[in-house]
Amino acid sequence: MIAASSFSWRFLRVWQRNVIVYRRIWKVNFLVPLFEPAFYILAFGLGFRHMIGDVSYAGATLSYTEFIAPALVATSVMWNAFFETTYSSFVRMYYQKTFDAMLATPLSLEEIIVAEIAWSATKAAAAALLMLVVLMLLGYVAFPLGFLSVIWAFLGGLAFGAIGMYFTGIVPTIDLFNLPIFLFITPMFLFSGTFFPVSGLPGWAQDLSLAFPLYHLVELTRLVSLGRNEGMVLFSIAYLLLFSLLFIFLSLHYMRKKLIK
Amino acid sequence: MMTPIIDAVDLLKRYDHFTAVDGVSFHVNPGECYGFLGPNGAGKTTIIRMIYGFSPVTSGSLRVFGLDLREQWREIRARIGVCQQHNALDPDLSVEENLLVFAGYFLMDSGEARARTEELLDFFALAGKRNAKVMELSGGLARRLTVARALINRPDLVILDEPTTGLDPQSRHQLWDKLQELRRSGITLLLTTHYMEEASRLCNRLMIIDHGKILVEGSPEELVVQHAGDSVVEVEGVDESLKQFLLREKVRHDITDRRIVIYANNSVSEQIRSRFCTSRCTFRTAGLEDVFLHLTGRELRE
Repeated sequence: MIAASSFSWRFLRVWQRNVIVYRRIWKVNFLVPLFEPAFYILAFGLGFRHMIGDVSYAGATLSYTEFIAPALVATSVMWNAFFETTYSSFVRMYYQKTFDAMLATPLSLEEIIVAEIAWSATKAAAAALLMLVVLMLLGYVAFPLGFLSVIWAFLGGLAFGAIGMYFTGIVPTIDLFNLPIFLFITPMFLFSGTFFPVSGLPGWAQDLSLAFPLYHLVELTRLVSLGRNEGMVLFSIAYLLLFSLLFIFLSLHYMRKKLIK
Repeated sequence: MMTPIIDAVDLLKRYDHFTAVDGVSFHVNPGECYGFLGPNGAGKTTIIRMIYGFSPVTSGSLRVFGLDLREQWREIRARIGVCQQHNALDPDLSVEENLLVFAGYFLMDSGEARARTEELLDFFALAGKRNAKVMELSGGLARRLTVARALINRPDLVILDEPTTGLDPQSRHQLWDKLQELRRSGITLLLTTHYMEEASRLCNRLMIIDHGKILVEGSPEELVVQHAGDSVVEVEGVDESLKQFLLREKVRHDITDRRIVIYANNSVSEQIRSRFCTSRCTFRTAGLEDVFLHLTGRELRE
């Protein structure tokens, strides 16, 4: 059972700890989101442009580069948040005993776990912000509405961070993260309307992709990148919120089971 | 009467098929240094983890500062400093940051955190290493930082789980000096250790615990007098007539494969010296280690 008394704003101190560590190597942390979109846009723009025609999406006709640019932001949110609460959190928990030390202070396990998930979302949103700036300068994301995607990135980051933490709660060893990455993250990466519109998929696969949080994050990001805000925006926001809440709850449950003995 | 810092009554901790702590009762008085001695797996760390509210108590009562652990765990933890068995220092942070960030977990404001950090860096002679990474510290320095970090919140109770295990003699003595200074300042210490010398030097009272049960409790001096006597005679080889003599005279002793260890008063040891010590006999004063080995047995544990 999870008691309400286990939650307080104290969790921000754990979040802050991760900010301090992140800042320490901020140059490296900034490099990837700044250059990644540039590389992809270059590769897809120059390399694929002549092989793939325009893509019709939400009533508009987009060049292929325009189509995938927002998806790059969304997938990077997924990788950032998911890796943070799987490999990085696992290392802190298991190898560095960071959580053990925290649990000898007035912090509760719930606060530590929530802080880790919130941090993963923050890190993902920071990466998204940098990518958006680059993509705006290149003309692939609308200014200023495209900045709304930072909020979507945080929301998506919560969802991916939460499910990552859930896996951290259930895997016995760090090597087993290969399994959720192969069985869940990779198909989600490919079939969430990232590289091609899901409308090209058979009906059942379209329905299935609706269950992927990445699908909703791609949708949200792409719409505001085009300077539009319509379609199933509310549904996507609600889905990401519920997905986050469910997996925050599950990760709290399994982490308690794993750590409190 | 003053409220004890720790008051445990019939404390029990059971895992699925294993009782780690089996009905333990003890109390720790304010300002005292109380020791837990026991072989590995005796239940020392389990008790400690219950005291700072990490492991839930299966049954029995455990009050810390007179407070209830289930309801008031945050208040209790705010007044405890824990130095865990394995240096759980944060390797992603520098020496100084380890202290500052930890202060944050106690919601200390930044001015106070900085002042306290400086104070502790000075006290533990770590100021020159403030920007070092934790990974770069020697064993002794890392342990000093761990103890420093446990003091960041000016705790009333400091729990030290094997604080000097793995340290070289210099570092060990240095840490003992610091711990004695803490004791003089009135902080209550709870200590687990495998070093009898450490326990004799630092502890006012201690328990010897094995298989989750307290075997004996008392001051180090009392325990030596009660359970080992004045002196110890170790006789090489197991001699039948000596065995008969010891049984007849009801002298406490342990027999191992190759020798007999006799816990004797002065007159008995004199008789042994004259009658049985034709060769290899060692006479020495009894210590806490003799009490420990006599009570927990001399065979190796798995």
